[in-house]
Amino acid sequence: MPPVKAIYGGLPDKAPGSFDGELLAFVEDLRSEGMAVGTSEMLDAFDALALIEWQSSSDFKETLATTIAKSPEDRRVFDLVFERFFFRAAEAQAVRLSVSEPQSRAGSDELDLEALRRQIAQALEDGSESELRDLARLAIAAFGKGEGSGVLGVDVQRIRRALGLRTEPQPDLPSDDPRHDGLPREQLRRFEQHLRRELERGLIERTQALPPKRPLTDLDRSLPGGPVQDLAAVHKVVAQLRRRLATQGHELRGANRHAHVDVRATMRASLQTGGVPVELKFRPKRPRRPELFVLCDVSTSVTSASTFFLSVLHALHDVFRKQRSFVFIERISEVTEIFQRERDFRAAAIAVSRDAGVADISGYTDYGRVWTEFLAEIESELHPRATVIVLGDARTNGRPPREDVFAAIAAKAGRTFWLNPEPRLYWNYGDSVISVYEQYCQAFECWRTDQLEEFVKALTKPTVR
Amino acid sequence: MAENPISVQDVAEGLQSVGYLPGESTALVSFLAAKLGKPVLVEGPAGVGKTELAKALAKYLGRELVRLQCYEGLDEAKALYEWNYRKQLLRIQAEVGGTGWDEVQDDIFGEEFLLARPLMTAIASEKPVVLLIDEIDKTDQEFEAMLLELLSDFQITIPELGRIEATTHPVVILTSNNSRELTEALKRRCLYLWLDYPELEHELQIVRMHTPELPETVARKLVDVIRMVRELDLKKSPSIAESIDWARALLLLGAREIDQDVFRQTLSVIIKHRTDLDIVAERVGVKLEPASAA
Repeated sequence: MPPVKAIYGGLPDKAPGSFDGELLAFVEDLRSEGMAVGTSEMLDAFDALALIEWQSSSDFKETLATTIAKSPEDRRVFDLVFERFFFRAAEAQAVRLSVSEPQSRAGSDELDLEALRRQIAQALEDGSESELRDLARLAIAAFGKGEGSGVLGVDVQRIRRALGLRTEPQPDLPSDDPRHDGLPREQLRRFEQHLRRELERGLIERTQALPPKRPLTDLDRSLPGGPVQDLAAVHKVVAQLRRRLATQGHELRGANRHAHVDVRATMRASLQTGGVPVELKFRPKRPRRPELFVLCDVSTSVTSASTFFLSVLHALHDVFRKQRSFVFIERISEVTEIFQRERDFRAAAIAVSRDAGVADISGYTDYGRVWTEFLAEIESELHPRATVIVLGDARTNGRPPREDVFAAIAAKAGRTFWLNPEPRLYWNYGDSVISVYEQYCQAFECWRTDQLEEFVKALTKPTVR
Repeated sequence: MAENPISVQDVAEGLQSVGYLPGESTALVSFLAAKLGKPVLVEGPAGVGKTELAKALAKYLGRELVRLQCYEGLDEAKALYEWNYRKQLLRIQAEVGGTGWDEVQDDIFGEEFLLARPLMTAIASEKPVVLLIDEIDKTDQEFEAMLLELLSDFQITIPELGRIEATTHPVVILTSNNSRELTEALKRRCLYLWLDYPELEHELQIVRMHTPELPETVARKLVDVIRMVRELDLKKSPSIAESIDWARALLLLGAREIDQDVFRQTLSVIIKHRTDLDIVAERVGVKLEPASAA
């Protein structure tokens, strides 16, 4: 049926309402977002669904998740796709059966706007999901007059501003108003999601067609970075990193694993068998624990990433005993001691900005000078087993990059890594000169969890000697 | 004991009755595991009750728990089976000169000389068991590959004896701290459950369940503080078990309120690192009310 296809965009040519078809389409959707879902997993999902009752939507979702999404990252993608897919599927069905939502309750003109504001703020504090949904509709009825701008994001922000919902405290409001101390960010985000959904629903009802599917952007999967996101989220990622760092390199594979026979232990074990060495004992191979030199950019151009960088520094400090850390803007300053002493990075950041004296005049990064100073300070200590890690965006602000000095550092050290918080797309645009440095080091873009893991793998990989 | 749960609700109540308060998805996945006979891979940070879940399931289903603790370098001889070569040697020596080689050979590779290790025990058991493979991420990939046969078909192949198939279907729980990525092949054979630190209310219920005598206000304050502590960048965050320990400690001390004094004295129950102690005292301690003058 061609018209149906036209309305639903991406849905396959299955009979409408066929459940198997819908589920297959859902899995297809997941695959298109890069999740590897095997046929056997799909069969498991069907088996499992046969066992549960379907009244509860969360049971349904969890059942699918447990059989299909097999890692926290996959789960995140799964949640996003699940939301998108079933919202669209339900709307498609509504359009097909021409069901429409009853128009907003209560005449929107008589709404007391101030009361509504307070009510929403209160609901945000208490956090009841269904209430938020209702209030989102009310808010749209009150503030989203007419057709809106047609761009959902703009409308959402307009309504949010009109409601005066902000995360910052608003001290001029009475103290019993929930907005007085600022609203929880997480809740506000959820409310925005509801707004967006309701607006989308309204749009679909008016136009009788589904808008094109919005693929997940890399942003949805990006690392929590900087002030916009929660610290807790950063800690979570870094805790994972720490765990990986602590255990990586232990599991060596294949023939390399047991290199040397431990004669003493073998002899001792052979006593059990009357001196016949039945069981060979091997010397355990120690994982590589290199000496680290970490250079971290703390200038304003990487502000959003520096929270994350500093957390990474902490994680590295926990695992690697021999580590020296430096921060730099125009010049470098050693902060090893601060990091050993100070675990709270906010305090560390203050200590760094107070004691380090890294900015002379402009507050812009001067890579050339940084390399020169760094080399002068630790030239004698660099050796082939040392690893140098640079955290920075390689934006020189037009100053000479002095790649010759950087090359000298890289040549002295065993390995050199560069973590760049910018997506590869932006590299070498504007004043970014990463390609100049990249020929001397291994550069990683580092703004997503999986990219961080790639780096950890590279860092702890045992080197062939 | 309920051998065969009929609904998710059933499992949730059953687990609760043996002292484990499952989250929604935990109960659901446990139910599916028992029904589908598929292994469950449980991942999550340390101390959220992954191992506890297996124990509770065993208790609830009335089955014996067979536990295999994984570690680096764990091999088949320690996980599956081993020939009892000392006994074999004795057997050979005892018969020296008497019997022919063929006879001895048949004899010494019999089940009598087989030492069953946890996986073998779980497979060969007459009654269905719960098999817990703890911290699978600590082993190496070869070991994982070896598990595949066991997990999908519940059978073990011993070259000298042939294939040993499970007479009963064990419920298998694998736990992982996610310190390395497990192989796709293993994951594909399992149901997946991600356990995280519980929500505030959920943890409160857990604490209340284990220490019902603790006043509600104190318990609430306790989980509140624990949550604040977990948000900090610590070397080791307090686990659920530690919140329960703390609740017990407070109960013993007869604390009516968590103020700065009490907090300082009992801090070591939840924080196990010297540097962590300082941060927590500094960041969380000050938010509490100062000790009352009395």
